[in-house]
Amino acid sequence: MAPILELRGITKRFPGVIANDQIDLTLNEGEILALLGENGAGKTTLMNILYGLYDPDEGEIMIRGEAAQIDGPQDAISQGIGMVHQHFMLVPPLTVAENVILGNEPIQRGLFLDRKLAAKRIREISDTYGLDVDPEALVRTLPVGVQQRVEIIKVLYRSADILILDEPTAVLTPQEVDDLFEVIQTLVDAGKSIIFITHKLKEVLALADRITVLRRGKVVGSTTPADSDEEDLAAMMVGREVSLVVEKAPAQPEGVVLDVKGLSILDDRHSPAVNGIDLQVRSGEILGVAGVQGNGQTELVEALTGLRSATNGAFTIAGEAMTKASPREITEAGVAHVPEDRQADGLALDFPISDNMVLNTYYVPPYAKGIVLQDDVIRENAERLVREFDVRTPGIDLPAANLSGGNQQKVIVAREFNRDIKLLIASQPTRGLDVGSIEYIHKRIVERRDQGVGVLLVSSELDEITQLADRIVVMFKGRIMATVDAAAVTREQLGLLMAGVEVVELSAVTGA
Amino acid sequence: MKKGKRTEKERRQRWRGLLVPLLAIVTALIISGLLIIVTDFDVHDAFTHIPMEIVDRVEYSWEEVSLEEALEHHAAQVEIGDRVRVDGRWRTVVETIDNPERQLTLDEAREIYPELAVGVMVHFNFWQRPMVGFAAAWESVASAYAALFEGSIGSPVQMVRALIAAIGGDSSQLGRAFYPLTESLVTATPYILTGLAVALGFKAGLFNIGAEGQYFVGGLLGVFVGYSLKGLPMIVHLPLTLLAGMVGGAIWGAIPGLLKAKTGAHEVINTIMMNYIAFALADWLLNGPMQRPDDFRPISAEIQPSAFLPQFFASPIRLHLGFILALLVAAAVYWLLFKTTVGFELRTVGTNPHAARYAGMNLTWNYVLAMALSGGLAGLAAMNDICGVIHYMPNAFSAGYGFDAIALALLGRSHPVGVVLAALLFGILRAGASRMQSVAQIPIDIISILQAMIIIFIAAPEIIRALYRLRDKPDAELAPTKG
Repeated sequence: MAPILELRGITKRFPGVIANDQIDLTLNEGEILALLGENGAGKTTLMNILYGLYDPDEGEIMIRGEAAQIDGPQDAISQGIGMVHQHFMLVPPLTVAENVILGNEPIQRGLFLDRKLAAKRIREISDTYGLDVDPEALVRTLPVGVQQRVEIIKVLYRSADILILDEPTAVLTPQEVDDLFEVIQTLVDAGKSIIFITHKLKEVLALADRITVLRRGKVVGSTTPADSDEEDLAAMMVGREVSLVVEKAPAQPEGVVLDVKGLSILDDRHSPAVNGIDLQVRSGEILGVAGVQGNGQTELVEALTGLRSATNGAFTIAGEAMTKASPREITEAGVAHVPEDRQADGLALDFPISDNMVLNTYYVPPYAKGIVLQDDVIRENAERLVREFDVRTPGIDLPAANLSGGNQQKVIVAREFNRDIKLLIASQPTRGLDVGSIEYIHKRIVERRDQGVGVLLVSSELDEITQLADRIVVMFKGRIMATVDAAAVTREQLGLLMAGVEVVELSAVTGA
Repeated sequence: MKKGKRTEKERRQRWRGLLVPLLAIVTALIISGLLIIVTDFDVHDAFTHIPMEIVDRVEYSWEEVSLEEALEHHAAQVEIGDRVRVDGRWRTVVETIDNPERQLTLDEAREIYPELAVGVMVHFNFWQRPMVGFAAAWESVASAYAALFEGSIGSPVQMVRALIAAIGGDSSQLGRAFYPLTESLVTATPYILTGLAVALGFKAGLFNIGAEGQYFVGGLLGVFVGYSLKGLPMIVHLPLTLLAGMVGGAIWGAIPGLLKAKTGAHEVINTIMMNYIAFALADWLLNGPMQRPDDFRPISAEIQPSAFLPQFFASPIRLHLGFILALLVAAAVYWLLFKTTVGFELRTVGTNPHAARYAGMNLTWNYVLAMALSGGLAGLAAMNDICGVIHYMPNAFSAGYGFDAIALALLGRSHPVGVVLAALLFGILRAGASRMQSVAQIPIDIISILQAMIIIFIAAPEIIRALYRLRDKPDAELAPTKG
């Protein structure tokens, strides 16, 4: 029997870049194929070709053994290909049913929406695949995991047989990931075929039937979970041996550098985001803040760096009251900040690398004399940091926008580490980065810890928290669920805490 | 491999930065040329009625036609509907006459023209003699653009002749030969300054639509200092007057800046509103407290000669120190924006206010500063006109400099050098337009259309890229990094 989907020699060139180079890929019916690769390896480009968003320069697509021409998403859908995007394409104020039928509305008597029919079909789909979604619910009231299932229903509603899931676990809690895997298994049992795009090795090994690894636009190998382990896959992705375990000595914590007492913060919509939390970071330790995104971590970090004002409570940095300080005062007090959204906050993307390397120190000697910028010093500084932090770039005059995500993050880390700092506040420091860059940035953070810097590490990646942190606080709905010793806590316990479940029998709990 | 790719891309981008404006100007000139052609009655005539004289032997093939050939196109006998020439007028042959000036009867015609003969004129159309039409079209565009060139730069022949004469000791022709060029520079000066004003705002992420109002308020304050302070030496009075103009514009600009920073009110709306207030203020002051004594017109008193910007040459050449001043200001703006911490902050705020806040910059201060500097430049533009050219302030003061400035800043990509070049282009177009109208009878509005098209093409570079098949799409370049 012919495979349900086959790509032969797909090549896609962008000016100066070959995004996909002679890619062959086979998807058999009822199979889960994991497409693994670092950022920029060409995974998304390949899937966009399959979904009709790009035309390939060379190669052909075969669906059920027949050559297919895909001219856009509508065409892809009509040929049974559905895509669940990494960022949901949902309209929050509408109901599940309304979201699902959007663009494909069942019409009654030529004019009216047939909501009943839509709801009935959605309920059928939901029951068949165990998705457990209420068609009448408003999307904005649903948890992220359920919203993702709405996306899956959207695709199934349009009768897709081939489902492409683009980094589907990036926004989920560990429990939600398990639920998603169950859903995927049900889909496959019902005869659907799945392409699962990810750069997370554990998930690939847990879920996939076959694994195809992309590197720099080429297929570098195909394997199965039975024949490989995490180290093998990481090496294939990166092209060299990678250490997946962060090597660090036990922490030698000393004095308190960050002391937060009863801090409450409002979010942009003026509803409480953080409710009276206490925490302490001592120099020479890494305090990990775990939690699913959107539980107040963003607001906490913004308050601690002067970007958002607290409504209640106070905090001190190295003994100085800083609750009302400006971002500049906090920076000058010796705080380095690796912001959550590197492109929105951490960089001026249009500026050359050299300027980004002095984005918050441009006004102090030796970078400026009076108001005159010292171009030579700024350039030398950038040249040195680019070398020291291994930023892969042809030159320091390149706009930061032209760097890959990993190299952009290295620019920020280089800049923030290039000062005498007492406290490092790092928010999602490795989000979206490839294995190689993650390894590098983790090493640098541990290095700083060992030099006596206090580190507040906010991350929604459980692996990152457990490997890097010495102590962990788990945030849920603006409160701290527990403070635990990183060495003694299990992933499962953290997962439950992140989901808001009190875990009383935890031996590792040192205070709540 | 990656290294080579990036530098090449960079080089290409830099090249494209120049290519697109250039192609935009060329395209706009071509389209304006077509517009000149289709609106020119001479060209229209040359396409539809090409009069051809019948001669024995064809010597000049565009204007003459042999009898043999004419007979191929025309029946031997004159028919109704023919146009024949009687008493020096072209007349149509008809059955009944209702316009004796233009028509004659068939009988009459046959009396005069039993047959076509040598010396008779017949009409061809475009398809029979296409070159005549093309020649007329070319003639029309060429004369228009030649007039534009001579009106704005001058006649090269005259310039060379004047130079040769000057070397020989006779400098009397120099003034006339170089007058158009200097006039273009005079026209370009306020464009340079207002263009810089808007460009500086752009760099800080602010859309200053209010340069016009800032120009007016700057003019009011400056002209007041210019005429009311008497007896000061020039070295004190002139700078003081210019400074007063800058202060007036700066205050008018700073208000919307402050409103934006403190209340989030959008500067586009507020600068437009401030324009209306400025116009009304000028109206009131120039009809009231600041009106020239014993004059019925709404104009201010003339400023003291000590506040005049010195002119370089004898009348009628009006080129004055303001032009040099504008170039120096452009250099200063460049220095401020790219070489100082002040400019670094302004540009960071402009490119990414979130990153600016993250980096500890004060957004309020930067918004107010950017708008004040922007307004100050617009005010200086007003003082350039007052101190350098007209020496008083009329009510209908600006020629829309503040609004054209937005286009200039776009055209110059908000870079001081680009703005100066764009302003020179506008100065040239404006100065040449009047000669184009008088010599080639091309309406002056064509220049407005030309400017508008240049701006549209600059603002929507995709049009140019599509027209000239410049393939490099920026979004495609970004795509693979998301992989």
